[in-house]
Amino acid sequence: MGRFSFTEEQEAFRRVLRRFMEDRSPSAEVRRLMATEAGWERRHWTEMSRELGLPAVHIPEDYGGMGYGFAELGIVLEEMGRALYCAPYFASTVLAATAILNAGSEEQKGTLLPSLASGETVATLAFAEDNGRWDAGGVGLTATESGGGYRLNGAKSFVPDGHTADLIVVLARAPGSAGDDGLSFLTAAGEAAGLSRRALKTADQTRKLARLEFRDVEATLLGAAGGAAAPLARTLTQAAVCLANEMVGGAERLRQDTLAYTELRVQFGRAIASFQAIKHRSADMLVDVELAKSAAYYAAAAADEDDEELPALASLAKASASEAYMQTAIAAVQLHGGIGFTWDNDTHLWFKRAKSSEVFLGTPSQHRELMLQHWKI
Amino acid sequence: MSEATETSVRAEVRAWLEANWSADLGLVAWRNMLADSGWGAPHWPSEWYGRDLPPGLVPAVDEEFQRLGAVGVAKAGIRTLAAATILAHGTEMHKRKFLRRILTGEDTWCQLFSEPGSGSDLAGATTRAELRGNKWVVNGQKVWTTSAHHAQYGLLLARTDWDAPKHQGLTYFILDVEQPGVEVVPLRQMNGHASFNQVFMTDAEVAPEFMLGALGEGWKVATTTLMHERRGADALRAWAQGSTREGRIYDEERAEIATVMEPYKWYPQRAGRVDLVLPRAEATGGNADPVLRQEIAKLLILSKTAEWTARRARTAQEQGRPQGPEGSLGKLVSSHVARKAAGVHTLISGADAMLTAEDSPLDGVIAEILVSTPATSIAGGTDEIQRNIISERVLKMPKEPRVDTDRPFRDIPRNIVG
Repeated sequence: MGRFSFTEEQEAFRRVLRRFMEDRSPSAEVRRLMATEAGWERRHWTEMSRELGLPAVHIPEDYGGMGYGFAELGIVLEEMGRALYCAPYFASTVLAATAILNAGSEEQKGTLLPSLASGETVATLAFAEDNGRWDAGGVGLTATESGGGYRLNGAKSFVPDGHTADLIVVLARAPGSAGDDGLSFLTAAGEAAGLSRRALKTADQTRKLARLEFRDVEATLLGAAGGAAAPLARTLTQAAVCLANEMVGGAERLRQDTLAYTELRVQFGRAIASFQAIKHRSADMLVDVELAKSAAYYAAAAADEDDEELPALASLAKASASEAYMQTAIAAVQLHGGIGFTWDNDTHLWFKRAKSSEVFLGTPSQHRELMLQHWKI
Repeated sequence: MSEATETSVRAEVRAWLEANWSADLGLVAWRNMLADSGWGAPHWPSEWYGRDLPPGLVPAVDEEFQRLGAVGVAKAGIRTLAAATILAHGTEMHKRKFLRRILTGEDTWCQLFSEPGSGSDLAGATTRAELRGNKWVVNGQKVWTTSAHHAQYGLLLARTDWDAPKHQGLTYFILDVEQPGVEVVPLRQMNGHASFNQVFMTDAEVAPEFMLGALGEGWKVATTTLMHERRGADALRAWAQGSTREGRIYDEERAEIATVMEPYKWYPQRAGRVDLVLPRAEATGGNADPVLRQEIAKLLILSKTAEWTARRARTAQEQGRPQGPEGSLGKLVSSHVARKAAGVHTLISGADAMLTAEDSPLDGVIAEILVSTPATSIAGGTDEIQRNIISERVLKMPKEPRVDTDRPFRDIPRNIVG
């Protein structure tokens, strides 16, 4: 694909995903799963992995994956975001698998990735802590060498699907280190002794987050000791691109559903879609979403080309999609009127996803600043 | 005649240029040769100075001209719209009288459509044309007319029937602008420039044979003109680059460009000059202010995503795929960019934003940006009209209810002007 279009194969892939999501993730199913503490079901995850192999999309063939790139991963996320698909995909495939790809040794990648690619293992990346920072500087959890392995002590928070993941990739630091120094990735089992996990009460029930407390938890080093800063930065950049694509999928769905509603809703003897106030707002929603899509697609293509500007482009796409999704969600509730503020109407499901996505991996303001810094402005 | 291919066309035009082109020719003399050979407007019909070439092959001809540095026909300005309209709706006499002198650039044209009382709603024109004896007599006022002060002819939309519904009571005329009944007055804009004119017509006369199209069909004919207007804007930008080469003909062409482009010299400023934001932020130290940095970043994101969205539309077109909605947003988005850029320039300039001309930063360019950007969301279709178009054509939302299309024009409420 170029940065401005998709190939025929990619469009066909999208159509398959769209049908799958419409079939398996109607809003009734989203509502059923979001009401559970886990937020997803192993049975469905395994079925999806077997039928479509989506956890394998961007994992290289050498490690049991399909070997596609971020353009295809972006398409998957766009369609999942559209459907609010309830699965640990962002946690396991986007965050954990990408972190392992960026940080792990050949041997570790060969050991860990095949079971992530097959969907057999569900993993997550635990990097943020109670301070809610999305960068290395906020990490306080320590990894202490002990015997042949490591022991983890401290707490992680805002960990996507952290309470249900089988494998946890943890960002930790050497005691006494600060900033980018002394950072390491380690892996720990979800059921490890000394690890207590609590599901956080999330406003967006379709994106489950957990708080994890580590007390002398046994862990295995992933990659080089003290060398996690660069692979972390790369992972967060790539994850921001993925999140931007997920967000434009949700925003587009919300925009379309709202448009359809205004065509049905009659007031003063006319469909409200015939009022200029509604038409102009709808035109503005289209502009917001299309601009954000352009950025998300451009950044995904740049990720595949390993463009040196990628960190700036990823932040640009994240900031653009965050604003567009939130503005679309605000307009969507507004144009629905009273019904849009009710629990029974589906609009709030996407509104809340827009809100969680707005701050997840960094607010739009933070990403705008990062973009300027990467451009040396 | 065998089917023209790109290769055969290139070979043919190259051979002709090699035999005929010289930079020492006079501009008009050379353009007469272009008109006679058909190479000046190769997509025009062969009986009217063209070669019946499919439009897709015209860029190849242009490239061959550029390769040799050969000057083309007078493309820019309203004359291009006049030619397109005359070719589509004109009589033999119109084509014979006007087309050649349009190509040579000897005649300049202006467009007499907009009025003080009808801007977005062009079909609401109230300039009146009445048949008195064997002449049409025109009275009324036009506005936003470019080049009227040095034009020979005007494309005039006038009302000939006040009892017909508005779109059916209009007729299209070719008006001699140099007659006594036509007064051209410059219209000063809020940015101090006078790029346009007001044209007052008091008992101006048009001979019946200079009606273009049939009586009452003016709106249909005007649609042809308007369709070509957008394409013309791109051609104008390309042509205005001019040539830096030496030779008599280039000097004449540069003089022509200078005259035509004079009204447009503030146009880059009206788009907001995003290119100046970073240099200015650096020069003023504004790039260290965290609040200003956020605004700069928002502008850069808007401007980049606007550019990429246009590229998506263009790529779809090039690949022969149907354009998505992204193809219809450019005009509205360019308004957002311009407005945001003016806001950011204001924040960067601070107190200096109160000054103008040589007291304003960059010798007045910043001041010109601040007072020129409002034009972007009005000219060529206001933002509000763009939103109507997007919602109705792209989103397929219901059309605005019309109360002015099915009854006599004289019964429709309209602006009181004058």
